[in-house]
Amino acid sequence: MVGAVRQAGYDTGSASLRLKVSGLYCAECASIIEKALKGSPGVLDARFNVATEEVKVDYLPSAVSMEELTRAIEGAGPYRASPSAPASEAGMDRESDQQEQEYRGLMRKWWFGAAVAVPTMFLSYPFLFPVLRDVLVRGSTELRIVWTLMGLASLAVLGYSGNQFFTGMWQGLKHRSANMHTLIAVGTGVAWLCSTIALLFPQIFPSAEFVDVYYDVTVVVISLVVLGLALEVKAKGRTSEAIKKLIGLQPKTARVIRDGREVDIPVEEMLVGDVVLVRPGEKIPVDGVVLEGQSSVDESMITGESMPESKGAGDEVIGATMNTTGSFKFRATRVGKDTALANIVRMVQDAQGSKVPIQRIVDVVSGYFTPAVMILAVLGFVVWYVFGPPPHLAFALIVAVTTLIIACPCALGMATPMSLTTGVGLGAQNGILIRSGEALQTASRLQALVLDKTGTITKGKPELTNVVAEVGFEEEKILRMAAAVERNSEHPLASAILEGAKARGLDLPEIANFGAIPGHGVEAEVEGSRVLLGNAKLMADKAIPLGRLEVESQRLADDGKTPMFVAIDGKAAGIIAVADTVKEDSKTAIATLKALGLEVVMLTGDNRRTAEAIARQVGIDRVLAEVLPQDKAHNIQKLQLEGKKVGMVGDGINDAPALAQSDIGFAIGTGTDVAIEAADVTLISGSLRGVEMAIDISKATMSNVYQNLVGAFIYNGLGIPVALGLLYPFTGILLSPLLAALAMSFSSVTVISNANRLKRWKAKEARS
Amino acid sequence: MTADKLVVILAGLATIVGIAWFFWGPRKGGLRAAVSSSGYQEAMVLVKGGYTPDVIVVQHGKPVRLNFRREESAACSEMVVFGDFGKSATLPEGEIVPIEFLPEKAGEYEFTCQMGMFRGKLIVE
Repeated sequence: MVGAVRQAGYDTGSASLRLKVSGLYCAECASIIEKALKGSPGVLDARFNVATEEVKVDYLPSAVSMEELTRAIEGAGPYRASPSAPASEAGMDRESDQQEQEYRGLMRKWWFGAAVAVPTMFLSYPFLFPVLRDVLVRGSTELRIVWTLMGLASLAVLGYSGNQFFTGMWQGLKHRSANMHTLIAVGTGVAWLCSTIALLFPQIFPSAEFVDVYYDVTVVVISLVVLGLALEVKAKGRTSEAIKKLIGLQPKTARVIRDGREVDIPVEEMLVGDVVLVRPGEKIPVDGVVLEGQSSVDESMITGESMPESKGAGDEVIGATMNTTGSFKFRATRVGKDTALANIVRMVQDAQGSKVPIQRIVDVVSGYFTPAVMILAVLGFVVWYVFGPPPHLAFALIVAVTTLIIACPCALGMATPMSLTTGVGLGAQNGILIRSGEALQTASRLQALVLDKTGTITKGKPELTNVVAEVGFEEEKILRMAAAVERNSEHPLASAILEGAKARGLDLPEIANFGAIPGHGVEAEVEGSRVLLGNAKLMADKAIPLGRLEVESQRLADDGKTPMFVAIDGKAAGIIAVADTVKEDSKTAIATLKALGLEVVMLTGDNRRTAEAIARQVGIDRVLAEVLPQDKAHNIQKLQLEGKKVGMVGDGINDAPALAQSDIGFAIGTGTDVAIEAADVTLISGSLRGVEMAIDISKATMSNVYQNLVGAFIYNGLGIPVALGLLYPFTGILLSPLLAALAMSFSSVTVISNANRLKRWKAKEARS
Repeated sequence: MTADKLVVILAGLATIVGIAWFFWGPRKGGLRAAVSSSGYQEAMVLVKGGYTPDVIVVQHGKPVRLNFRREESAACSEMVVFGDFGKSATLPEGEIVPIEFLPEKAGEYEFTCQMGMFRGKLIVE
């Protein structure tokens, strides 16, 4: 049917959406749901994906609404349907609900463990307390009763507070792998088992001094590690805050005009081409182009640019940005998963899940880590039992258990992912999209930075810069006449002159007998005068003497500007110069980049004179001019051959090969187009300051990664030998398993807290 | 040297060898992904204390779809990362999350959780 309608030349205006279906009970469910949907009016097609339990529906939004689709599915069986989006706010909410639940569960376990731990601690060291000392004498029946009670209580702690360690160990063992759970489970389990053997069969020990219990170790270690896990869950939630904030930016409803009426609809139901009305103070729901109205829009949440952008007809607006005072109508160009915001969220999630190259070393280490610790613990036990001081068994046991407990594979494993997640999120909040961990690491080590001139350093479109008047003429008159003549021209320089005249508030007179002289200029009659606008060749052809204007034009050209002569009634009247002007913040950004120790190079296809004029203005020393577009990549390669890590900043379309050739490509984004393939880093705001921030964030993140890694290695590298008792022969120091548990819990919390510290990073000017 | 010490030494050595063999010893061959009607080489992977199966064999040049289902709440496994293919996914508990990619070159590729504690291997032939 659709085919027929389309063949007839009409657009069916179809849309598609995905619905998540739950309650599937049979193999035929998929076809039942598909049939139910296809049988509904307005549905063109429905395909069910069993793997994701989602059905994709192509439908006519004018004929059927999302609710009707949902009803169709739910009417076909015991199903529940809901719109699905991979990174929806609801999904995020559920994730944080899960986190909250896990946190509460762990805290309950901690309180139970702590409640048992306090009396256990007192009763384990009766000789320290006056009354207990007299009642609980070694070998007495009272002591055996207390021990039995402690044994039962600690078994309860193992079973309730510590159950995840044992199930975790068991799940791992089934895959022949070991993890943190294995270490804690074996450590506490061994301590409990040995204590219980000592309690039940004291006669198997050679002398009474060997008979001792370590129930306090079991209880305290479990409690502390569980508390550490709880704090970890809490801190991890904070690490992924950035992405939650991004998703939270999406407004839920939009006011669109359908059938001539204003209706509020959920953004999920919006279609490309919808006309949307935005009132003062409202959020813009999706990406689009302004049709009518005027306003300024705060885009800081997406671009990181703090100044509001003024918007009028024809301007692009970005979804999730905030309208300020005016109101306007716009046509939606991108909706759903295609919006800039959705792309940003997707890119950030991908980047957060990627790996920093340095992580590969860590991966190799952590693959061997846990079994190696277990082997060391056994070795420690044997050495202390054979060579250690009496009581052999007690020392050997304490050493083995302490070694198992203090080793913290988690600190090692979390060191880079936590910092990466925070760093990438930080970038996104400042309008900088870093594609991967690899990009982040490279960006932190850049030595040279190549900047494309047009559109990167400069605004990328010519602007009126100078009006020079010959004696006897006024600047305003020259500009007014020239702008009038150019009104009908399509030359890019013409719009610069028109814009310039508009900016000065000049009204343009009517013209007659317009003519273009290709390659030379234009002419027309304005208010009875014959006006010529063009280059020196045009003036020479018409035999108009230029006089001192010739010197002026030379001077302007030396500054990188394009001069055009204006002649009125056969007399040279003046010069109008246009140029691609430098962006306001380019100069400061380049100075900061140089201060970061980067060699800054300008690359352009323009002639050397223009290029050097711009370079002088912004303070760049090295200029590669007159480079053909296809040779840009080659020039990057030449710089790389000098042994440098080279970054390239360009617009992502013309510069794609150069961006790909460079060690790291920064694409200057243009508003909504953020998914630039060739770029490792996308700068949404289009300002060069983004490059500086991106490099700064990368450096801050990488140093955070190194801090975490060095910390984790030092912690394990020092902790394990001390736990094994290497210090004992020299200083008599032997670590208690209780201290080991404390250290282990706090080492992983420290890693996450350090990563969260990154969030306090501020842009340079905000700092000073 | 007393008898008990000798016993401890021998038992200790045996345990060490046992641990090394158990965790690092050779493993059985993996599961071969089945080719589905859609042309993907598909396999289900259960995430619970590790990946089951943890070795998956696929052919190069054909698209692969691995459907991960996480059945535990420990935060460690909430993300699976295929570093060599630049793919990763968050795995909400109890949901099936597909990961799709095209292995172009033969070789052995690791997939891990974000912290590298859970490991699986993808063998591309």
